[in-house]
Amino acid sequence: MRIGIDVGSTTIKYVVLDDRNNIIHKSYERHLSQITEKTLAVLRTVRELTGERKALLSISGSAGMGISEACGIPLVQEVFASRIALKNLLPDADVAIELGGEDAKILFVTGGMEFRMNGSCAGGTGAFIDQMATLLNITPTEMNEAAKSAERRYTIASRCGVFAKTDIQPLLNQGARTSDVSSSIFYAVVNQTIAGLAQGRPIKGNVVYLGGPLTFFSELRSAFDDTLKLTGVCPENSLYYVAIGAAYGADTEIDLDKAIDTLSGLKAVGNYNSIEPLFQNREEYDEFVKRHSENTIERVDPDTYEGDAFFGVDSGSTTIKMVVITPDGKILRDKYSSNKGNPVPHVKEFLEHFYWKYPKIKIVGATSTGYGEELIKNAFSLDSGIVETTAHLTAARKFMPDVEFVIDIGGQDIKCFKIGKKGEVDSIFLNEACSSGCGSFLQTFAEALGKPIEEFARLGLFADKPVDLGSRCTVFMNSSVKQAQKDGASIENISAGLSISVVKNALYKVIRASGPDELGRKIVVQGGTFLNDAVLRAFEQEMGAHVVRPAIAGLMGAYGAALYASRHSSGSSKILNAAQLADFFHQVKDARCGLCSNNCRLTVNIFDNNRKFISGNRCDRPITHRKADDSLNIYDYKLKLLKEYQPVSGERGKIGIPMGLNMFELLPFWHTLFTKLGFEVVTSPLSNRKMYLLGQATIPSDTVCFPAKLMHGHVQTLIDQGIQTIFYPCLSYNFDEKMGDNHYNCPVVAYYPEVIHANMPDIEKVDFINDYLGIHRPKDFPKKFQQVMSKYFDIIPLDEVKSAAAAAYNEYSRYLEKIRVRGEEIIEEARAKGMHIIVLSGRPYHVDPEINHGIDRIISGCGAAIISEDVVSNRVEKFPVKVLNQWTYHSRLYSAAKYVLTQPDMNLVQLVSFGCGIDAITTDEVRSILESGGKIYTQIKIDEITNLGAVKIRLRSLFAAIEE
Amino acid sequence: MAELKYTKDGRLLFTKEMRREYKILVPNMLPVHFKLFEKVLQKSGYDIEVLTNSSHRVVEEGLKYVHNDTCYPALLVIGQMIDALNSGKYDVNKTALMITQTGGGCRASNYIHLLRKALKSAGYENVPVISVNMSGLESNPGFSVTPALIMQFVSGVVYGDMLMLLNNQVKAYELNKGESEALVNSWVERLLEQFSHGKGMIGEDFRSNLRQIADEFDAIPVKRVPKVKVGVVGEIYVKYSPLANNRLEEFLASQDCEVMVPGLMGFALFKMDNRLDDINLYGGSTVKYKFVSFLKDFCTKMESAMLDALKDHPNFAAPSPYAHLRTLVNGVIGYGSKMGEGWLLTAEMLELCESGYENIVCTQPFGCLPNHINGKGMIGKIRRVFPNSNITPIDYDPSATKVNQENRIKLMLAVARENLSERLEAGSTEKAQHPGGDTIEVVIEDKISDADTPKTEANATAAQ
Repeated sequence: MRIGIDVGSTTIKYVVLDDRNNIIHKSYERHLSQITEKTLAVLRTVRELTGERKALLSISGSAGMGISEACGIPLVQEVFASRIALKNLLPDADVAIELGGEDAKILFVTGGMEFRMNGSCAGGTGAFIDQMATLLNITPTEMNEAAKSAERRYTIASRCGVFAKTDIQPLLNQGARTSDVSSSIFYAVVNQTIAGLAQGRPIKGNVVYLGGPLTFFSELRSAFDDTLKLTGVCPENSLYYVAIGAAYGADTEIDLDKAIDTLSGLKAVGNYNSIEPLFQNREEYDEFVKRHSENTIERVDPDTYEGDAFFGVDSGSTTIKMVVITPDGKILRDKYSSNKGNPVPHVKEFLEHFYWKYPKIKIVGATSTGYGEELIKNAFSLDSGIVETTAHLTAARKFMPDVEFVIDIGGQDIKCFKIGKKGEVDSIFLNEACSSGCGSFLQTFAEALGKPIEEFARLGLFADKPVDLGSRCTVFMNSSVKQAQKDGASIENISAGLSISVVKNALYKVIRASGPDELGRKIVVQGGTFLNDAVLRAFEQEMGAHVVRPAIAGLMGAYGAALYASRHSSGSSKILNAAQLADFFHQVKDARCGLCSNNCRLTVNIFDNNRKFISGNRCDRPITHRKADDSLNIYDYKLKLLKEYQPVSGERGKIGIPMGLNMFELLPFWHTLFTKLGFEVVTSPLSNRKMYLLGQATIPSDTVCFPAKLMHGHVQTLIDQGIQTIFYPCLSYNFDEKMGDNHYNCPVVAYYPEVIHANMPDIEKVDFINDYLGIHRPKDFPKKFQQVMSKYFDIIPLDEVKSAAAAAYNEYSRYLEKIRVRGEEIIEEARAKGMHIIVLSGRPYHVDPEINHGIDRIISGCGAAIISEDVVSNRVEKFPVKVLNQWTYHSRLYSAAKYVLTQPDMNLVQLVSFGCGIDAITTDEVRSILESGGKIYTQIKIDEITNLGAVKIRLRSLFAAIEE
Repeated sequence: MAELKYTKDGRLLFTKEMRREYKILVPNMLPVHFKLFEKVLQKSGYDIEVLTNSSHRVVEEGLKYVHNDTCYPALLVIGQMIDALNSGKYDVNKTALMITQTGGGCRASNYIHLLRKALKSAGYENVPVISVNMSGLESNPGFSVTPALIMQFVSGVVYGDMLMLLNNQVKAYELNKGESEALVNSWVERLLEQFSHGKGMIGEDFRSNLRQIADEFDAIPVKRVPKVKVGVVGEIYVKYSPLANNRLEEFLASQDCEVMVPGLMGFALFKMDNRLDDINLYGGSTVKYKFVSFLKDFCTKMESAMLDALKDHPNFAAPSPYAHLRTLVNGVIGYGSKMGEGWLLTAEMLELCESGYENIVCTQPFGCLPNHINGKGMIGKIRRVFPNSNITPIDYDPSATKVNQENRIKLMLAVARENLSERLEAGSTEKAQHPGGDTIEVVIEDKISDADTPKTEANATAAQ
């Protein structure tokens, strides 16, 4: 008899094989993190079922490792176990794809065995699908059913669960259909698996699907089939391959009774890193509760009240908050609930009930805020919509007129801002797409441990040794929590540890403060997550300061909106009345814009009386049917300028240049050089999603920045076009603009050609010129260039190279000059029109619309003119910065920031590519330069993401602050 | 007390006065090497202490004071220093910090600036930071890198590499657990003693020490059974520092592996070569070229001294000379790729594959820019050169969990074990055709060098 037990991250499986390797018993169930207990139960069941005391037994799975160590049952690594099972059960399989609770694996069995597991990002796994289903408020099985009737697919970032969540939430808030979102989620999983694990190796032949998600979700399988262009098989017992492999691999006879004894005698010792308890004793807690009970807002009984009232809605990412107040700010009614994926019916129900119950109260002003601001405003015809930061500040002032810092931790977002000297919103911090740790984070754990969130959080209050969980990504917090459980941490101590972790995440990852002095002493905390005493206490402890938590901490956005409504009321509101509500109708449809080459996918919300609300667009064109005005947008100008470098046929042949990364600035140089030398220069077309997907499977490192990843698609496109010679040189150094201590390119820009060369199989079909060149040494360049070219072509006379190089250097300067001249024109024109000027700073390749997602257009849509960092970076003298200023592109950022300080009508917005390690340095420095001169720093992190909700909040907050 | 002096740019200087009065704290990376460096610097009149604090507070302080997206080594190094200053063990008004700066194009050259920022936030603005660099980046009146110091450092590197190398090759097979480690410690003591008398750093002293080290390690009784051989490469700090790599070497040892960690000398030579390559690729000053060439020749000589000492010890796998590593990457990656560990990382993986350590853990901080290129970016290509290569890239950062990392390493080891037993079986079938050789055990015996088994057993008896 052989037994294999597979203890994964979420489930436990076992099989018992008879002497002929037939499965005689098997089982699959969730272990709810009770790993030892469940393993024990499995052993006891097996012992009972078989009546045998001894068996060949081994254990596998990520959570099995600990058990194996603890009780001496041999371990078979899980991927290896799958491979043993495959070898025995499906010997002709070529590739197996196995998705588990937190792991994704690909096994290439034939043609060079290779096994891969997901690295430090755990997106696209079972846990991710569960999370997404929770977000949609359906079960995963229902999600699979829903996906069957999908009509369109949204692009959902496939990097990480947290990331995808920020993509999906706004889709839901805008009214996207569940079926479409469900299907899109499955495709995101497929993309994540391929991008993360294939790494240049084609998935073909007999493909086998294993593990829970691929067994249970037919739509996930078909998404894989569709993407891989094949038909994979999900074999019998696909859930049990790891367990079967463990059974096959078992070579040690284990005494089951003894193993049961050891395991049940296993006492965790409480051996984990712990931190200070939240409260030393009950008195401390009572004092704390008393202190915080003072910050309340008076309520008025709506049954007895007659007269005017104001309505505020905060349509958040997972919740909806509504408040009705009197003209003097007292609360008549309020409501806080989950939006269950669609906020519209909740508002309708609230209003209907309010109109019916309180006919003597008249709503004379209504304002919405939050992610769903636009949708709610349009659906119910509210009077105004305001950006969240403004709403929260308005509410916070009601409690503390001289507030210096507001921090709001909600379901999905962390929003914090300082209040400047003039009372304006200053220094906004929003959590970037990857640092999770908000309310839903606690919720997820409470659910995993089977407790309601309130109860779960309360458990931590008197924990004696809170677990030190650090501040990390939700998915990995899972494994840390499991580790802590294994080490004997009680649920109380885990709860406290998680609350503290939420606070640490906010402070050190989002705000990056090291103490209260950086934030000011007058702090108002709000958002649903702070209603939780453990989180509030942890925050005070970590900051070493007392803060104000309004009793309505969860309603502050809505309350602020209502206050705004009352201050801006014209005496009546156009909000739908009871009669109009009775006819209320809401339907969601899809459309393609088609008014420009972006071809945005649109979500059209149709309401009664032909009212419409369109979302998903990058510009206003589908709404206004007017073309966006790009005349004062240097990003647009740069794109047009680059288009001028067209192929000119020449006698020496054709050279293909992939248009990505530094080529966005160096094209004028190389184009001129090659054209002068008699080569026809062909560039790859402008990036798009399809092109990215074309190269996706050959990306070896899934954590590299998106602009680099796009390069694979560009090179593939050139190869597919039949170009024979591709030029993409390595450049350690960039031009020396004499603004820094050195003039490097970043490692990725400098050496990405090496990655292309080493990982794209089709590169063998062409001559790929990826040699090292030194454009920073104009004198040496011609000779060195001549040498390099002689490896691929007949030798070019040095004189010819010299004169072509001279022309190239000239053209490059001319190109930069043109941008500066145009930039100056934009500045002058903007000033003449009294427009605000945004220095949209980043790297040259941020001009690519697929990379910047049209953020430039959002800014021009806000009525500002746009210039780029290189327009003004030469306008200041070289100055010392607090970092090593050694990268050419980055030096420009510091100079531009410095220049902006001298210009009252300019503000800087920095675009940062996710995964750009160097921007961890530049962002802090640019911020400190700007803040030294009293300017607001605005950072926008961009990745594959296509949804711009968070970006709009940042930008609108910036403009709101500028206008104050 | 020493007066605080600043440069024009406002950088706090480490003055000559401070050299006399201050204690200088250095973060740890390689325990053996750094002990030797500590002595070298003490000998030159600096009151140096290499930090050994490694509790979870190190990471916490790092997370608190360093931008969390910055690479993990920066976070740890800075965390370790702040934690030390917080400990109360040092008079913060008489303490300076020391950190290296390579001047390369990756983020590492910025650690010093991040450290200063962190010091400012933590209230230690008056603690001077000394940059150790050879790029003319920052200088201090109280500290200078003299040629003599460089030479002494280089000998420290060689000793450290030698002890690390032999310890790894003996530890996995020793009959009496702990003997090899004890010999390392004994040699560190002996070397420190010699160093404090200005001996052992160069010349015949140096060479005879190396020979003696090799002899003594070779005398440790061992039983050489086939084991999975694992190479460890990666970003320099994460690769070496147990604090950063969650005690990777210990873990591999617990999995019954022999570990090979390429030494520090390769990295030193590589960094010198970078300057020469820059000049070759892009043009530049020949004066600079000559100076660097001179230094490189010196290091190469020191390297050969180590390799020579290993010549008479066939039990030990001597690493390939740097010059050979350089030829290995030909056609795989260009010499211009110099940021971080650059092409050397690729070369080390190739060399490991070539010398039987084809199972490799490639360590890097999460989001390490150069390793997107030279590490992860090259694994596929290395596989095409060495189809049996079995490389697993592992990311390290404060949020990576040990369980996840170990699970991935275990997968690599499972494949390695299968390859090993397949190889042994293939060996045994081959043997089976010859009379007498029909079991795996026999092959194992054969694999052990002839003289080895009896000798070690004799030694073991003698030791008892």
